[in-house]
Amino acid sequence: MPRHSAEVPPFLLKENQMRKLPWIGMFMAATAMPMLMTGCGPGDSASNAPKKTTNSGAGIASLEGVMEARGLTPDDMLAAAKTYVPSGQHDEAMIFASGGHSGQVFVIGVPSMRMLRSIGVFTPEPWQGWGYGSGDDIIKAGNAPGQELTWGDSHHPALSETNGSYDGEWLFINDKANARIATIDLRDFETKQILKNPVSMSDHGGAFVTPDTEYVIEGGQYATPLGWKYAPMEEYKTEYRGMVTFWKFDREAGRLDESKSFAIELPPYWQDLMDAGKNDSKGWLFGNSINTEMATGMLNEGDPPFEAGVSQRDMDYLHVMHMDKIIEIYKAGKFEKVNDFPVISLQTLIDEGVLYFIGEPKSPHGVDITPNGQYIVISGKLDPHVTIYGFDQIQKAIADKNFSSTDPFGVPVLDFDACKVAQVEVGLGPLHTQFDDKGYAYTSLFLEPAVARWSLGGEYGKLNPEEDWSLVGKTSVHYNIGHLLTYEGDTVSPKGKYLVAMNKWAIDRFAPTGPLLPQNFQLLDIAETGENMPLLYDMPIGVGEPHYAQMISIDKLKPWKVYPEIGWNPHTNQVDPEATQIGEERIERKGNEVHVYMTVIRSHFTPEHIDVNEGDTVVWHLTSVERAYDSTHGLAIPAYNMNLSIEPGEYTEIRFVADKPGTFPFYCSEFCSALHLEMMGYLRVKPAGVASAE
Amino acid sequence: MPSFLEKIVGPRIPAEERSRHRLRYLIPALPLLIAIVLIAISLFIPYWNLRLNAPQYPDGLTITSYINHLTGDVNEIDGLNHYIGMRPLDEAAQFEKSIAIAAMIGMMICLAVAIFIRSRWAILLALPTIAFPFVFLADLYYWMNKFGQNLDPTAPLSGAIKPFTPPILGRGLVGQFETIAWAGEGLILAFVASFLLMFWVLLRHWAYKPLRQLAKANRQATAAVSHA
Repeated sequence: MPRHSAEVPPFLLKENQMRKLPWIGMFMAATAMPMLMTGCGPGDSASNAPKKTTNSGAGIASLEGVMEARGLTPDDMLAAAKTYVPSGQHDEAMIFASGGHSGQVFVIGVPSMRMLRSIGVFTPEPWQGWGYGSGDDIIKAGNAPGQELTWGDSHHPALSETNGSYDGEWLFINDKANARIATIDLRDFETKQILKNPVSMSDHGGAFVTPDTEYVIEGGQYATPLGWKYAPMEEYKTEYRGMVTFWKFDREAGRLDESKSFAIELPPYWQDLMDAGKNDSKGWLFGNSINTEMATGMLNEGDPPFEAGVSQRDMDYLHVMHMDKIIEIYKAGKFEKVNDFPVISLQTLIDEGVLYFIGEPKSPHGVDITPNGQYIVISGKLDPHVTIYGFDQIQKAIADKNFSSTDPFGVPVLDFDACKVAQVEVGLGPLHTQFDDKGYAYTSLFLEPAVARWSLGGEYGKLNPEEDWSLVGKTSVHYNIGHLLTYEGDTVSPKGKYLVAMNKWAIDRFAPTGPLLPQNFQLLDIAETGENMPLLYDMPIGVGEPHYAQMISIDKLKPWKVYPEIGWNPHTNQVDPEATQIGEERIERKGNEVHVYMTVIRSHFTPEHIDVNEGDTVVWHLTSVERAYDSTHGLAIPAYNMNLSIEPGEYTEIRFVADKPGTFPFYCSEFCSALHLEMMGYLRVKPAGVASAE
Repeated sequence: MPSFLEKIVGPRIPAEERSRHRLRYLIPALPLLIAIVLIAISLFIPYWNLRLNAPQYPDGLTITSYINHLTGDVNEIDGLNHYIGMRPLDEAAQFEKSIAIAAMIGMMICLAVAIFIRSRWAILLALPTIAFPFVFLADLYYWMNKFGQNLDPTAPLSGAIKPFTPPILGRGLVGQFETIAWAGEGLILAFVASFLLMFWVLLRHWAYKPLRQLAKANRQATAAVSHA
């Protein structure tokens, strides 16, 4: 079989030759690589051949015996020993991973790579009762006008930061599909707020926090006409616009404050990822874009499709935004309202001198700032290099008005060479970069697929033995890596140690599960310097396609074991006035509303019998009077499609119209005790016309 | 004839004797003062602890009994106890708990009064404090027995768990729970006070010996005079 990728590999060419390359061919060829791998005989791809360790070590008492029986190498044993966490011991770190189409967040332990739990966010999640009686109002608040959303694509989680380091208090995540943003409280791992972006239709580049989490930044994705209006494609350049939204975070309230939030209008360049400046570059915001061509796809006969049209130019634009000044502009009221939301116009940004572009090769994906804030790393996914820009150089170019041109909208374009510090040839399809504590950067290479380690320069140069700005080594990953993450690797204080490759394809890594396969999270040990970055563990994710994730030390997290007091309402963060203590249980009728004040404890609901009339509105107030760790109850009312998770101390409330007459058992749906099956009661809805229930 | 007051309080110490053996007559006050302080401290610290260990509770469940109230995992233990039909723990010893503080203040007042009493009545005043820790344990046993032996026969697990009395000190076993009970610091102080007062009984016997001899001599002299 011919090797499609045998055309001249672009990374063999010098930088100045790059512009003439058949990029598209390379992209397509590399996308076909997995086909090659599966199509080839075992001899052709020996390094990738799956090991069939199907033999069992069960019943063998000696380590050597197990190794022999299962065909394990000493390296396998070492990897197993580095990741195994014995029963009762805890992982040292947690990953908060976007749950992709599940619309959830996944919490994973490191180094064991065990899934610890999911957190219901954008999508109804029955186990947590999320959207089945609990959190319904929060999910509803994120609905698009006139549209009930039942799925989302949770994308970029962002842990809250203090002084540029994770503080373990809050987690934000965006829904790329619908441009929603959620706030999750890390005391109870519950979603507290979902907001629909009033101006963006979709948001790939979000969420990103500023170093003290004053703002959560949500970059848009596909340009659309302002105000969600209709506009023909021919008017793309005049009517379509990109958006970046700045959500003000009120840490005291634990909510994003829409009344103090705003957006900025940008050219329709498909702004993608963002990163807020830190340390030296604090107060600035950097973002990339992928469609500076302003391609409109196969609109007319002979037009290239989006994938080609968007990839024509060798350079797109790194967006350099003076965020502090943009916030001042907003506070000074220099904005317009779009969909009743403040938007600073592109012209204002240009007039105020707070928006600059710099060329960036080519159709880039990641924009990642080094921990000291000094360097901005761009991975041009169709370019074998990462390009490093210096913050000081950018500042100087702005001060000197060292502009090479202006874009069609009048935005000044800074001179590329004046801002560039270095380029490092890392390999094919570079996407995302993170950092460690030894002066290394790590870039995911989608096409190879591999993780590249390369050395930083400047103050980082002395931390490792390698030459500054040079490729150090690569580890193959399986397969088609998207994002990667290192331990607190996007903060000012990365810890090194671990890297997780978030692979999009698993192919042969796991026992086959039909045509749809899980994603593959691969854990790498990056604690040593030099080339060696051994692969430790493969973790399948079979419930959605995680996009990005962050890893935080569990020492920084202070989760509650049980809610602080009996009757705690997780959404108001206080004891609810409607909470019921033992002995106060009752049923009260207020007109045609029937209020049930119920306590929940092992193994009974009090009261156990609820009689209402057809057409009554039932308001069911539940208080868990449990104080024992992990003594969670459920309340399932299947006839009304409801299910709740009631955690120790929690107050929760459901409301429904009893429009279905009949006799309906309700029961505890979370196995709570030896008498769990007996934890039930009856809801009787008397048909209209029969003597009324009291 | 000694006055009524003198009969209660005990003989006066002649001024000459008092100045000659000052220490001898002050020493008996010391154990009393210490006992008052110990009892006062014990009002604020635990008297008794009960810990329940089971696999589902890696940190165990603990009840701490102060002299007039319970703290710790009372609700959780009550919650578990309802399965076997045991009444809520707070219903136990309600009378004792309601009078405990007043009774102990009374005990301390008695001890304070006893400082000034050189007759044998003083021992009577100290007796409540001497008996106190023993009474506490006896009462604890009474309630543990009463609660453990009188389980609600309609409770879910009444068939599985037979009536029981967990040890008031030491280890026991109820269902999957190991029970460990031990004295709190307050009870230990009460015992120290109790033993101190037993010692005080001997001490005062020795200290007031000259007074008793003097009184005896006085009585004999008075008898001789009346016979004459």
